[in-house]
Amino acid sequence: MAGSTKQPGPPKKPLTLAEQVMQQKQTYDQQAYQRLADSVKPRPRVIVNALNAFWIGGVIAALAQVITLIFASAGLNPRDAAAATVIVMVFLGALLTGLGIYDEIGKVAGAGSIIPITGFANSIVAPAMEYKREGFVFGVASRMFTIAGPVLVYGFIVSVLIGLIAYFFS
Amino acid sequence: MSAPKRVGQHTLQFANPPVIVATASVVGPKEGEGPLGDTFDMVVDDSYFGEETWEKAERKMLEEAVKMVIAKAQLKPQDIDFLLAGDLLNQTISANYAARTLGIPFLGLYGACSTMYEGMALAAMLIDGGFAHHVVAACSSHYDTAERQYRFPTEQGIQRPPTAQWTVTGAGAVLMAPVGNGPRVTHATIGRVLDVGIKDPNDMGSAMAPAAVDTIVRHFQDTGRGPIDYDLIITGDLGRVGLEIATKLLGEKKYDVSKNYSDCGVLIYDHERQDTHAGGSGCACSAVVFAGHLMGKLNEGRYKRILGVGTGALLSTTATQQGESIPGIGHGVVIEG
Repeated sequence: MAGSTKQPGPPKKPLTLAEQVMQQKQTYDQQAYQRLADSVKPRPRVIVNALNAFWIGGVIAALAQVITLIFASAGLNPRDAAAATVIVMVFLGALLTGLGIYDEIGKVAGAGSIIPITGFANSIVAPAMEYKREGFVFGVASRMFTIAGPVLVYGFIVSVLIGLIAYFFS
Repeated sequence: MSAPKRVGQHTLQFANPPVIVATASVVGPKEGEGPLGDTFDMVVDDSYFGEETWEKAERKMLEEAVKMVIAKAQLKPQDIDFLLAGDLLNQTISANYAARTLGIPFLGLYGACSTMYEGMALAAMLIDGGFAHHVVAACSSHYDTAERQYRFPTEQGIQRPPTAQWTVTGAGAVLMAPVGNGPRVTHATIGRVLDVGIKDPNDMGSAMAPAAVDTIVRHFQDTGRGPIDYDLIITGDLGRVGLEIATKLLGEKKYDVSKNYSDCGVLIYDHERQDTHAGGSGCACSAVVFAGHLMGKLNEGRYKRILGVGTGALLSTTATQQGESIPGIGHGVVIEG
């Protein structure tokens, strides 16, 4: 049975010399064109982008810290204060997405507004809003995780692996 | 059997060059604010155009453009023999549903952003072939419908790279007839699908430039003409990156186009003020620039002869996710004022 599970396809024949030459020429042409295109393309402004990502990401984090301190001073223990902060930040990310502001922030901040949990909220709310017109089942519900889905899947897998490591080695 | 209306390998030379009797353009708010804003027939100030969804808005723009071009020629929809139309959406829904409303015999087209020129070439063939009196070629695109199909939801907070282009919201329509007043379509050079291995959907100018250059070079070879024979050579939506690459590639082939070559994607927006990065794109880009700006210059007599090349990136999210590169195509049409 092992043989039948193989991918179907024509048997691999060794390439003739002419075919090899053609293939190499094609690769060479593509590389030459890629070099030409790269010489023309405008460069992303790496330093400016990095600075913007740094300060806007920093502001988001500082805001979260302030909220944590407020919750802590109101009497929540550190664990509960962190959880409450996450809830507030997700709400803020969702609200700003709904108001059409978060994508404007993202345009400037790049990773600075994608990495914090507000960005995660944005990546769920944006498709949910976008696909509302296709209905609540096949639109909102099934498309909601198109961008966040991979983050969740691999996040879960990694957490299971770390859990296993912790279980067996600690 | 020889083909009497063909010159060279792939260029059609029309025996009785069809006349472009009228053109019409409908655009969205951003295009209306651009440098060509006052050349368009209708600027819609809301990207929903009074509809519930962007798809319905795009369809309505296409319908309006077709109705407008028919009215401008003082005709009725029943006078039109064929409607040739297309758009970027899956199953070309804008064109199909617009044709449902219009009730004109319909041939649906897909040439990505080259659809306008594909339509104009086919319309000219139908008329010069003696199959039709009045043919409308039209196409549409919409920033928001294209973004959600090809890239990200519009509210997603992402940073676009500098090579990214902005899909033009709008629709353009061209009405051709065997006789009448207006510029004439004299030649068409049909494009070949070329793939240079570009895989980045945010860099379509580089993906399309070689196909446009291939069509321009073949057009020159077939007709024995050169850049000097044209007042303007204009590509559809290569944008600033593609325009520079195409100029270099044509220079390598010893065609100097530094003086009379431009691109609709570069002309339609003010890239610094409007934050459109490398330029405009989409079916409507070449369509509305032709229907508005270029048609105006041809009618004024400012341009006597132009070579328009509609450029299309034959992009599919399924194919690129499976590791395929993005093929490009370019259709050339010569219009004489």
